[in-house]
Amino acid sequence: MNKLTEAALAGSGLSSKEISRCKNYFALGIMYWLYSRPTDYQVENIKAKFAKKPDIAEANIKVFRAGHAFGETSEIFHQQYFVPAAKLEPGTYRNVTGNQATALGFATVAKLTGRQVFLGSYPITPATEILQEMSYFKDHGVVTFQAEDEIAGIGSAIGAAFGGAIACTTTSGPGLALKSEMIGLALITELPLVIVNVQRGGPSTGMPTKTEQADLFIALFGRHGEAPLPVIAARSPSDCYYTAIEAMKIAVKWMTPVIMLTDGYLGFGSEPFRIPEDGTVKAFDVKYQTTPNYNGQYMPYLRNEKLIRPWAIPGTAGLEHRVGGLEKDSLSGMVSYDGMNHEKMVKTRAQKVANVVEDVPDVELDGPATGDLLLVSWGGTYGSVKSATDQLRAQGKKVAHAHLRWLNPMPKNLGQVLRSFKKVLVPEVNNGQLAFYLRGSFPGIDPLQFNRINGKAIKVSELVAKVNEILG
Amino acid sequence: MSQSNGQNTTPAAGATPTYTKKDFESGVDPRWCPGCGDFSIINQVQKALPGVGVARENIVFISGIGCSSRFPYYMNNYGMHTLHGRAPSFASGLKISRPELQVWVVTGDGDALAIGGNHFIHTMRRNLDIKLLMFNNRIYGLTKGQVSPTSELGKKTKTTPHGSPDYPFNAPALALGAGATFVARSVDIEGAHMAGVLKSAAEHKGSVFVEIFQNCPVFNDGAYLFLTEKAVKADAQLRMEAGKPLLFGKDNKKGIRFNTQTAELEVVTLGENGVTEKDVLVHDPHRQDPTIAFMLANLSDRAGFPTPIGIFRDVRKPTADEMTWDMIKAAKAKKGETSVRKFLSDAETWQVK
Repeated sequence: MNKLTEAALAGSGLSSKEISRCKNYFALGIMYWLYSRPTDYQVENIKAKFAKKPDIAEANIKVFRAGHAFGETSEIFHQQYFVPAAKLEPGTYRNVTGNQATALGFATVAKLTGRQVFLGSYPITPATEILQEMSYFKDHGVVTFQAEDEIAGIGSAIGAAFGGAIACTTTSGPGLALKSEMIGLALITELPLVIVNVQRGGPSTGMPTKTEQADLFIALFGRHGEAPLPVIAARSPSDCYYTAIEAMKIAVKWMTPVIMLTDGYLGFGSEPFRIPEDGTVKAFDVKYQTTPNYNGQYMPYLRNEKLIRPWAIPGTAGLEHRVGGLEKDSLSGMVSYDGMNHEKMVKTRAQKVANVVEDVPDVELDGPATGDLLLVSWGGTYGSVKSATDQLRAQGKKVAHAHLRWLNPMPKNLGQVLRSFKKVLVPEVNNGQLAFYLRGSFPGIDPLQFNRINGKAIKVSELVAKVNEILG
Repeated sequence: MSQSNGQNTTPAAGATPTYTKKDFESGVDPRWCPGCGDFSIINQVQKALPGVGVARENIVFISGIGCSSRFPYYMNNYGMHTLHGRAPSFASGLKISRPELQVWVVTGDGDALAIGGNHFIHTMRRNLDIKLLMFNNRIYGLTKGQVSPTSELGKKTKTTPHGSPDYPFNAPALALGAGATFVARSVDIEGAHMAGVLKSAAEHKGSVFVEIFQNCPVFNDGAYLFLTEKAVKADAQLRMEAGKPLLFGKDNKKGIRFNTQTAELEVVTLGENGVTEKDVLVHDPHRQDPTIAFMLANLSDRAGFPTPIGIFRDVRKPTADEMTWDMIKAAKAKKGETSVRKFLSDAETWQVK
């Protein structure tokens, strides 16, 4: 391709360094031919991108056309492909990566609620872009802080939450491990916080630029003590937008940290995103306690019937109180080492998280209500599993697909759905974490596993083959 | 089960109310050991707050873990009792998010300089307007007597039974090195002195570090007798006062001179070898360059020198919170309000019919 690029630009007057940098457009030209794409869009794009350097723009266009012509005339390729336009709902679209969508979602919360969204974070692959994107959103009610480490990242977010901000922090696996102690503090002080984990190959430094979904266990269980938390996972780059908003809504409503899981594949992957009309995404209530709630005093842990505590923030006269990591009396919130109080508090906090199920929609079945095999997915494997299911059903197999958005609490109808199929298969990019969790949560359900831990999305063909092997 | 959360009555509504010390007492009895230096520190803080001109509900105390860090529970303010070493992180987030609040961090020598070392230096560096008070008892008190980063070389403790092989931190020097714009030291039993330092700390805009020498009567009793005992006090303490010569000793007969030949600070005696008051270094905490302040800080624990107390440095630079909000205001002024749809459409878009 170097030689062909040079040939295309012979006599152009460009240096050999400049010429070699045009090579990518040759390759792109071939791709356009290979996939039968109209070239006008790309030519316009080059003109716009290199508007300040017209001679480079001209060179790139020339090389692009040369690559296209090469595809046409060379004997290397035996066929072209034509991908018909996807059947998309009418509307206005843009491209988003999952990380962009996450940032857009958090900023949308700031705009809809009129409250400050505070992000305390630290750069880490593959989550850094969320911090970067959000740092541009100062005019939308977003405040970002690049802290000195992962722990200060979440610490600053919790501090901001104490002050009344809708707070979040973003990281990947190693950062989530570092944040464990802090998450426990957010949990016991019952402050709203969203923790985004863009999962990557682990354990330890692992494979930072490769995707994986092996942080389900740490999300569900990764704190010392009895420390359950709501856990939600996005299923596509676009879905990161809606998941981010939902995670913040739940965190604020229930006064709890919420862990939002995505992964490198979603974070860096991109897809068309249908821009919602104004009014589609609903604002949610952000209410602060402004008056005493118990005999002229403010009891920070006096809960409502859903076990949610009232959020009083600094600056509110008369409601001065202290929050902290020590166990607290169930009414006054004062430090308490009383044994029975502690047991009550542990169970109360757990019940509050369990109560979040009222905001967890029933899991939807893509396919028949009963059958031979149910594929259960979560997170970024949605696409592969849906495609596999579509193919299997086209083959006449009695299979269905259930995708979990909420990992904790899980949907109320999940047990019944699992029991409606002869077999359950959980394809995951890990060594069987959801399978383990389902096995433990639903006595009698013993899911089969399809595990790929190779840093890539699951191959549809391999999954289809596995299901057919199981079905016999 | 106690049903009181230690609240006093709310002061009457209106422009910054007149407070008394009692308004800042949560009513919860402190759980410090009898004779603990922390009692006199909280006494001075509670006496100082009525005078800082900030509404009580806008003052927040954030602590880490340790005896020092019990502090917020005894203050009738918004407070956070956080994690070991991490108080500055919470304070940073709160201050950036709510710049109108007055944020104090209460920490100890272990909390701030061991596990919290990283957060400490960055908080000083950023010049966020946070007032960090470090109660230094040169020991780990809450965990009952282990060596701390400020314990003396050779100190025998439960984890260093044969003596500590570690050199200690010089906390003010560290804070100066990290770029703190207000660095001071006081002593738990020097009530009037502490009051003055706390007042200046409250008024300062920027990163504040106040080291308070605090006696732990149970696990490190007498650590500061070398400084506070009546017989030695005058010679042991160098009281730094802005605009005044650095004199100390009985009848202020001794002074600190900057020797231009050796580029060192030295102790001189007035009347000896022709030394007069004119030769003594005049203290100026407002010097932009922290070098002299650093030299003064390093006199601590040096044989033949007094230990400086007072304000080493007090300079004004834009704070990180000021600069953050300037940027936010500028961004808002430039762009104005947009709908969610317009915000999301700020990209290359296309229509699907």
